[in-house]
Formats: sequence, C-alpha cells, structure tokens
Amino acid sequence: MHTLYKGYIRKKVIFLVVIGVLLFVLGVVATSTGTIRIPFNEVVSSILRFDRMGSGRIVWDVRMPRVVAAILVGAGLSLSGTVMQSILRNPLASPYTLGLSSAAAFGASFAIVFFGAGTTTTSTIIIDDFFTVAMSAFMFSLISTMAILFLTVLTKISAESMVLAGIAIGSIFSAGLTLMQYLADSIQLASIVSWTFGDLGRANWHILSIIALVLFPLTAICSFYRWDFNAMDTGEDSARGLGVRTGVVRIIGMAVASVLSAVIVSFFGTIAFIGLLGPHIARRLLGGDHRFLLVASPLIGASILLAADTVARTILSPMILPVGILTSLFGGPLFIYLLVVGRNR
Amino acid sequence: MILRIQGVDFHYKSVSVIKDVSFAVVEGEVFTILGRNGAGKTTLLKCLNHILSPQGGAVWLDGIDTRDMRPVDIARRIGWVPQRGDISRMTVYDLILLGRKPYFRWSPTQDDYRKVEEAIDMLGIGDISLRYVDELSGGEFQLVQIVRALAQDPRVILLDEPTGSLDIRNQYRLMEKLGHIIHNHPRAAVMTMHDINLAIRYSDKFLLLKDGCICSAGDRSIITPENIREVYDMPVSVVEAGGYPLVVPL
Repeated sequence: MHTLYKGYIRKKVIFLVVIGVLLFVLGVVATSTGTIRIPFNEVVSSILRFDRMGSGRIVWDVRMPRVVAAILVGAGLSLSGTVMQSILRNPLASPYTLGLSSAAAFGASFAIVFFGAGTTTTSTIIIDDFFTVAMSAFMFSLISTMAILFLTVLTKISAESMVLAGIAIGSIFSAGLTLMQYLADSIQLASIVSWTFGDLGRANWHILSIIALVLFPLTAICSFYRWDFNAMDTGEDSARGLGVRTGVVRIIGMAVASVLSAVIVSFFGTIAFIGLLGPHIARRLLGGDHRFLLVASPLIGASILLAADTVARTILSPMILPVGILTSLFGGPLFIYLLVVGRNR
Repeated sequence: MILRIQGVDFHYKSVSVIKDVSFAVVEGEVFTILGRNGAGKTTLLKCLNHILSPQGGAVWLDGIDTRDMRPVDIARRIGWVPQRGDISRMTVYDLILLGRKPYFRWSPTQDDYRKVEEAIDMLGIGDISLRYVDELSGGEFQLVQIVRALAQDPRVILLDEPTGSLDIRNQYRLMEKLGHIIHNHPRAAVMTMHDINLAIRYSDKFLLLKDGCICSAGDRSIITPENIREVYDMPVSVVEAGGYPLVVPL
C-alpha cells in the first residue's frame, strides 16, 4: 500500500514540475513578446549571461521586471488566497473579498489627496510620489488586518467572524475611498483611478526585491503549517482532536496572508480574481492537500497573471492596458465557469 | 484506570450543559454514554479531550491532569471520531496520515507510515485507501474517520455516534471489530449512541445522562425499565434475547 501511495505522491510531484516548466516557458515567451520581438534564444542567452547590451537591455530593463512582477504578484496573491480559504473554510475568501484591497485603495487615495502624491501629464497618468502612496496603502492594509484580527479575537476567533469582520471593514474603506474621490480635484481623481487599476508597469528591480523579501519567508511560514491547514480542512473539532491550536493557526495564517497581499497591493494596486482563480484551479487539479496546494496554487496564479499581462501588453499595442482590467474582465466569467463545473461534478 | 473524570461542569454562556459529572474508564473497556437528544452527550465527550474546555472539574488521563497537557500530547493519547467530519478533497490515505500529525512536525516518518498501514489493516479498508474522501459513501467515510483515530495510536478513542450513518449489517460489523480492537489492546473507548440495544450488546459500562446530570452509571444491570423511563421519558420493557437484555418500547 505504501508503495502505491508513493506512486501517487510521485505523480503529484511530476505535475508540479510540469507546471513549473510551463511557467518558465511562458516567462520566456512573455519576455520575447512586445513591440520589438526578441527571438527566444536571445532571451534565454541574455538571461543566462546577464547580458544587458543590445536586445539584452530590453530584456533586463524593460521586459524582465514586468515578467518577474507578474510571477511574484500572481504567486503572492494566489498563496494569500489559498491560505485565507483554508483557515476561513470559505472558498470565496481572498485579499479582494476580505477588504484588504479596499483598505489599500483608500490608503493610496488618502496619500494622493492629502499628501499631494499624485499628479498627471498630458498623455499618461503618473503617480508622482510612488513610495508615499505605496506606504500609505500598506499602512491602511495593515490597519484593516489588525482590525479584522482584533474583531475575531473579540468574537472567539471563529472562521465566520473573520469573514464577516473582513467584509464589514472592507465596506467601511470602500466608503472612505468614495469620500476621497469626492474630495479630490480632477487631477487627483485621475491619479486615484489610475492607482486602483492594478498595473504591473510600476515594477522595477527595487520594488521586486522588496516583494521577494516578503514573499519567500512568508511562503516558508505557510509551508510550516501545511499539515495544520490539512487538519483544519477536516473541520474545527477534528483539527482540535488532532492537537491543532486552531485559533493560533488561524491568526498566524491570516496575518501572513494579509501582510503578503498588503505589500503586493500597495505597490501594484487592485488585481482582482487571481487570489480566487489560482487556488480554485489548483484544488481542481491536485486536490486539497496543502503539501501540493501551497506550491501549485502560486505557480498557477503566477502563470495566469503572466499570461494576462502579456495579453494586456500586446492586444492594443503600442497602448498597454493595466492588467487589473483584464483579470477583472476575464476572471469573473472564468470563476463562474469553475463554480458551474464544480457544481456539476 | 485510563481515564478519570471528576466533577466536570460545562456551560454555554449562562446555559449549564454538563453538571458535576464524574466517572472512570479502565483499560479494555467500551464505555457508552446514553441519553436523549440535547442531554449533553457530545458536549461531555468533547470535554474529555479538551475540544471544549470544561469550566469546572478535571479529567485525568493515565494519572495526568489534562489541564497540564499540551493539545498535541492529549491528541497522542486520545483519538477523536466526530459524528460528521467535514469532507475535504484529499485521499483516504492522506486523511488517515493526518492521524499521525501529533507525532511529527515537518513530515511523516517511516514509523508513521507503518502505523497508518496497521490502522488500515485493522478495519480492512485497504481497497479504498487511494480514493478521494469526497467520493466515499457516508458509511465508508465513518470507517475512515475511525481508522484515522486508530492511527493516532491512542489510549482512549472517543466516538460520537459511530454507527449513525451505517446500515444494520455494517453497524454490527463495526462494533464487533471495535470491541475486538479495544479488548485486545491496552486501550479503551468512550462513545455516545442512540441505539440502546446495539450499545447493550457491545458495551461494558454505561452512563445514563439526563439534562447534563448523571442519572445512573454502571454495567448492564443499570439498563432497567425504570432507568430508561427516567432518562428517555417513555415506557419500555426489558426482555432477554440472545443472552442480552433487549429494550422494547411499550
């Protein structure tokens, strides 16, 4: 029996490797695609040799930051969604549905209106003081997280209370965002709207290193709790009967998922549905075992966002669409499709 | 004595559910808690392994006060079989492997896999072990939950209505196997049950619970028409059938 089980595990590992390879191939294709097409071999050669001359300059300074951003942001949002759905036992939990995106958007608009961090040029909208906006968005996301955690501790840390607290706080920040938009002048309003689009075009190596420094340790923490997440999937009482401190795991999981998504949303704005689609597709393909889910879901989220961003960059070339528009446009119908397919299984 | 419960109280907000309950369970014993719906049977069971923390009294496990034990240490000694566990998208083998979670931190060891295999063999469910849990029937799922509890290698197994989703044939088969496992290993079982006659046949000791209080406790001799009428508030007669008392509603 153990041998059969080992074979079953091996198949899952092979599947993960295949997804990883596909993501790499997609990354090369995305880097090669654009207004100027760069052959695949040149892309791979530039990456491997750290060549920043000629087409290598486009690869390293223009395309790669965006491609790496799509991978890190997609992986981070998807991981965050997976953890939230597990600890809250709710398939609709994600940074977006729990109001973290609303809090970040409020924080960004607050900085634009009150700190004068937004401005505009004639052809494109530019956030003038990007780090002030990002910091403000991050601070308000953290406030939102703290409020959710505080309310859940106050109400005995049940999954239901966490979801309800998230929805309530998200609603308050949405109202705050509307107020900021009302108070803003036309230039500030344009900046706010531009920020909320969700755009990977803001990526640079500095921002990406910050995201990576947050993503990797938090992924390790999530991996540490993978068996606890599996136990919690079998029900609250079952998990407690297996010695899991469900309240503690829920608080840690929520804090990790929230900080991760807060950092991402603060830099790149609202990118909807990735935190839902990644985990749902991963569960459909590999089941609910978090040993694999916590790897598969980020890989799938990264692939979806990378594919979406590549389409956003090229579909109306030379104009580049913010990827947030595309994920919202196609994410909704795709999610409905997954729900219908899941229901008919 | 494996388990000693002394003066346990539990209340939800101001509603008292368990009132000053005391009893003891010894090795090799199948102990059944009987009572009407809402009598507090499941709550009492959950107090024994601190899924719910009693507000009064104490539970001793092998002479150790469970209030001084970490949840993981309790889970190494007490297995829990809920009436209805949540069904997740994982294989039967993965679910049973979770029973070894109290013993490992990062990954299961060879010893954990060996214990899982032993538990699977005990109830003979090897043929379904690589199926997904959400594809099982209610009865199969219940068996898997019991096997997971056995994989915990516990001193005590707590079972909340273990035969609730089984047909009559499988009810008797399961209780037969469970009795064999308890009587031939250094462990005990505490369970709640609605089917009095099934309980009488396979249990060594009984506790009759009414409104959170002990009405009566002891061996089969406490299964009398008077006690049953007291607990269930209905007239019955107790007749002899196949060497066992049989409770017949009047």
